[in-house]
Amino acid sequence: MGKTFSYYPGCTSHSTAIEYIEASLAVIAALGIELKELPDWCCCGAASAHNLSSSLALGLSAFNVGEAHKKGSDMVIPCAGCYGNLAQADYVLRHDPKERRRLEKQLDFKYDEKIRMLSLVDLLALPELRPAIKALVRKPLQGLNVVCYYGCAIVRPAAITGVDNAENPLRIDSLMADLGAEVSDWSCKVDCCGGDLGLTDAEKTTELVNKIVDYAVAAEADCLVTSCALCQANVDIRQQRLPILYFTELMAEALQIGDRQRWWKKHFNDPSKLF
Amino acid sequence: MSENLLDKVTSESGQAIALCYQCRKCSAGCPMVEEFDFPPNMVMRMVQLGMKDELLKSKAIWMCVSCETCGSRCPNEIRIAPVMDALRAQCLNEGITPADPVTVALHTSFIESIKTFGRVHEATMLMTYKWKSKNFTSDLDVGLKLFLKGKIPIMPKKSKNMAKIKEIFQEAGK
Repeated sequence: MGKTFSYYPGCTSHSTAIEYIEASLAVIAALGIELKELPDWCCCGAASAHNLSSSLALGLSAFNVGEAHKKGSDMVIPCAGCYGNLAQADYVLRHDPKERRRLEKQLDFKYDEKIRMLSLVDLLALPELRPAIKALVRKPLQGLNVVCYYGCAIVRPAAITGVDNAENPLRIDSLMADLGAEVSDWSCKVDCCGGDLGLTDAEKTTELVNKIVDYAVAAEADCLVTSCALCQANVDIRQQRLPILYFTELMAEALQIGDRQRWWKKHFNDPSKLF
Repeated sequence: MSENLLDKVTSESGQAIALCYQCRKCSAGCPMVEEFDFPPNMVMRMVQLGMKDELLKSKAIWMCVSCETCGSRCPNEIRIAPVMDALRAQCLNEGITPADPVTVALHTSFIESIKTFGRVHEATMLMTYKWKSKNFTSDLDVGLKLFLKGKIPIMPKKSKNMAKIKEIFQEAGK
């Protein structure tokens, strides 16, 4: 593709989602796309800041959007939660002239309407990338039955995320089908895993996760596929029935690239038996 | 009763709360509704009626995980998640004891980590959270496993422009 994007790693890129970031960077490099990490970035506020102060949440996310505008390129944000926050700040900057002027002044940048915040699904599901991805597949995921679990942050609110369908998104499904996987339809694509509740209420999180996994098992899935670090952590930690893989880990498997066995060791439910 | 609660929450959340006509679609799809003392549709009605005390002392405002399912399905396009944010902020600003202090302990520990490093450092954030919530024993096995899998780094990474980040906190009054 030969295009360069700014890149916002987010805090979990060095911690709980390290395998997601390594797999994603390997896939992106294989497609000839260049990512340039922002020279400076801070936490987007995650699922916490907005609970205490919406102006703090907006300020932290706008800081990072502002850094992308200083670099002048569209920005790719692999973490679903970070993407959701930065997309919300971008929406305010785009649609609220008063807030835009205030934040431009405070954070010392000029907002450019052409610059977009992209989730990793936004990038890798681009129609023009489809032939390139198909051409790179060396080991089709034949016989692997997957259900795609989108969660909340890259889906809602649809006016902000620009999702294809807020009740039945299909872009990860199409990607998985292109890799040769069998993609099952199921009922929990956009259900909530509990988010931060994973840290405060293990019992309720387990209840939410069990419902999601019940439906995945009923669809005869071998694994769940996600793009969200919080979904992955909650569903992987709180049940012992199915592995939950990042969509780029499965792309890397089909492309036969990257240190996949090492990534699988970072999961609670070992996915190695699937391959 | 508080007559201006509706105006205040409407302006802070940017949501047209007055449009809610109690179709209850929000409550039908809410994954957390069983944990709420007032379901989301009732929270909306209570804001309309100015039932400030009951709302700010409610468990509902802290148990909402902002999944946005309700807002996504609302026929009047009201997003309830920012309404909950506005109510939570008001609860804290007025010094009311939150009905779910553990959740507040987590979020406070989280933003303290951002204030210190510009980013979240899981190891120290989790220790602060355990200390604040006085919940020392839950999920120690999960934490240990994550650490052994190399998912909880020992050394924090810092943002460069900490002065600007401190300014963002200051402007938000945090």
